[in-house]
Amino acid sequence: MIEHPRADELIEAVAGWVESIRPQLNPRDAFLSRVAVNALNAVKRELVQGPAAEAAAVARLSALLGVEGDLKTLNAELCERLRQGEMDVSTPGLLAALKAGIEDQIAIDQPSYVSVKVR
Amino acid sequence: MEVDIPAALNALAPKLGGTAVEKAQRLTGGASMETWAFTLVGGGEPRPLILRRRSVPMDPETSRSATMAAEAALIRAAEHAGAPVAPLVRLCQPEDDLGEGHITGFVAGETLGRKIVADPKFDTVRPHLARQCGQILARIHTIPAGAAPLATADAQGELDRYEAIYRSSGAERPILEMAIQHMRRNLPPPLPNVVLHGDFRNGNMMFDPDRGVAAVLDWELAHVGDPAEDLGWLCVNSWRFGRADRPVGGFGEYQDLLEGYIEAGGVEIPLSRVLFWQALGSLKWGIMCLMMYSSYATGATNSVERPMIGRRVSETEIDLVNLLEAGL
Repeated sequence: MIEHPRADELIEAVAGWVESIRPQLNPRDAFLSRVAVNALNAVKRELVQGPAAEAAAVARLSALLGVEGDLKTLNAELCERLRQGEMDVSTPGLLAALKAGIEDQIAIDQPSYVSVKVR
Repeated sequence: MEVDIPAALNALAPKLGGTAVEKAQRLTGGASMETWAFTLVGGGEPRPLILRRRSVPMDPETSRSATMAAEAALIRAAEHAGAPVAPLVRLCQPEDDLGEGHITGFVAGETLGRKIVADPKFDTVRPHLARQCGQILARIHTIPAGAAPLATADAQGELDRYEAIYRSSGAERPILEMAIQHMRRNLPPPLPNVVLHGDFRNGNMMFDPDRGVAAVLDWELAHVGDPAEDLGWLCVNSWRFGRADRPVGGFGEYQDLLEGYIEAGGVEIPLSRVLFWQALGSLKWGIMCLMMYSSYATGATNSVERPMIGRRVSETEIDLVNLLEAGL
């Protein structure tokens, strides 16, 4: 893999350039340029944080389901068990595992998102 | 079909009580709806007006939107019921050459949700907004079901509809799956159906720094259903604009919303029922985000906005996990 520049450095450079031209853009394009920078930043976070997050999710779901596989396979298996009623909200460890996974995902997608707290 | 809107509006001026139309400009462009601002002159004081029109014909088989005629009838009925609206001026007729649309008065104020929750100029009115929203919803819910032709959907119906959309997407997302199954087993007991706004949230209201809610906008998702649906939708965390600590629209508290609702004649609704609909609202928004991503993935649209909305599914999932953890 080429190290100089790294992929996240390339993304950072492009995002910086898009930011720099925003003042010259019409309102619609200025809005879309903001979305574009958000997209680039999500990709950058995914490059850095994604592999560890995915490995952790695979480990959690494998332990919970008692089967091996990649994340796609494990998610499909879990969905099937939920559909069949073999697992539900009260299944020990399920909510905790899903919560840990979605916290990693939101840290990539929208780290500034503040989730709802109930009562 | 390309329509010259400024020219068509100008030709319509006499029927609106003026002689000409000035400063016609397009404000927003959704995929299917357009909003135009213009000024009617020649009939005394210049009068600012708003045109909302469908830029592509509605497909009644797949769309869940009310027709513009139904929307116009609802705006009139809501005004009659005492809810603040931008008053209807004209339902567009075929000879107006504006397609399917309607013209309403212009109501000044702020619609941007993040300003309502954070701008200091709303600091004084903000603590009153949740109660005011409860009162307005109680009034909207008195609109007679015969006021406009509307679809009916209760909790089961909404869940069925969105589950079907989710299944057709082919996505396998455990949190959405768990939420669907859990809600299906915990549907609230039936309440008499009422006319719902259907999209009553921070972002679809015009706010005035002194008076609070100046107009309830965007009636196109109106339908008949569970009164708690409108209250729950207003509390979905995705429209709290970073103020998750203020559950009602990012500006207020559940108790004020529910008290305002009763004060204006609404039925007593337990908080648990509002939370059910709030969770169903998060689920619906998550599935809508999935579908907006699909429209990119299938090549139907190519805007950078669509795939990025797909990355908002996770916000609804983390909110659903927290709601389920709290014992929904």
